[in-house]
Amino acid sequence: MPPMPGPTPPPLSKRAVVDRYFLEHRAKVIDIAAFLDRVDRAQGEGADDHRRAALEACCAILTDGRPDRARRILELLSDHTTEPIAKASTKGATGAVDLHAKGGR
Amino acid sequence: MYIDPHVHMVSRTTDDYQRMALAGCVAITEPAFWAGYDRSSPQGFYDYFRQLTDFEPKRAAQYGIRHHSWLCINPKEAEDPVFAREVIKLIPQFLKCESVLGIGEIGLNKNSRNELEILDAHLSLAAEHDLLVLVHTPHLEDKLKGTKLIMDAIRNHARLDPRRVLIDHVEEHTVRHVLDRGFWAGMTLYPDTKCTPQRAVDIFEMHGTERLWINSAGDWGNSDPLAVPKAQIEMKSRGHAMELVKKISFDNPLQFLSQSGRFRIA
Repeated sequence: MPPMPGPTPPPLSKRAVVDRYFLEHRAKVIDIAAFLDRVDRAQGEGADDHRRAALEACCAILTDGRPDRARRILELLSDHTTEPIAKASTKGATGAVDLHAKGGR
Repeated sequence: MYIDPHVHMVSRTTDDYQRMALAGCVAITEPAFWAGYDRSSPQGFYDYFRQLTDFEPKRAAQYGIRHHSWLCINPKEAEDPVFAREVIKLIPQFLKCESVLGIGEIGLNKNSRNELEILDAHLSLAAEHDLLVLVHTPHLEDKLKGTKLIMDAIRNHARLDPRRVLIDHVEEHTVRHVLDRGFWAGMTLYPDTKCTPQRAVDIFEMHGTERLWINSAGDWGNSDPLAVPKAQIEMKSRGHAMELVKKISFDNPLQFLSQSGRFRIA
């Protein structure tokens, strides 16, 4: 296999990237906060839903100061088993594995 | 000018064709997929394959867009292997259609043993007829595991050259695995799941533009048939050269699809 050409650095400066995307992602962070508040205010079952814990674990990656956050969040949410399952009982996916069930990975 | 190499136009309106044409779309390829419900008989797939190979190319041609297709039973309907094998038997008679490029979108959905069995049957068919392969990778938390299982399954078919296989719906956690094993990789631009246009541009900035394409995978769900031109705008607005924009949205799909010997642009 011939070597892959290297990455293409973004032509924008750090300041230009922030100028361009800050408001969009400010809104997304507030959306996450409002979502967690909404779950807190809601009544009834679901307090132990694994997806909330997964989202909070993702938020910790955002502020750990290390690179490749998108890749590491996707890996955090992923099933890391290697064997096929015996039978598919549903067609859908929930978006996150149960981090507790897989040992708090 | 662009090619959308993965879009399910049977689910879209003529307005979508018109808007895509206005945005510069000259050719599309449409993989067989799940209708949102399970078909009740193999005959339902026969009719679907006729729609893909006969009716849809005519509909696209009215807007100056060349239409091609890929045939299979999708992994969401592969949990019943007897049913799935009946559908696979229907495919060879459609392979003589000039607009059919290969087998797709095959792959896995929940990473089950039955899905793997039917994936293997499709791969055998592709190898037997020397066809290109378009692969669907699973959704969300199932994607990483499924992508690895799929690549292992393909590697069991020595006659299948990875340079003739495109593994679609890659994201940040799977793109390197796919490219490092010699396959082509597709980035699907979806509003909520898969990649946004911004993330797709991030990915090629980080991993280069070789053996990568972008597509809308527009279908009956929350999706955007204009996602490819929106990614082009994202690239241009970041200051990327026009040659790079053209490479990712036209040259690369043209290079991969031309291996079929059948791909044409309008």
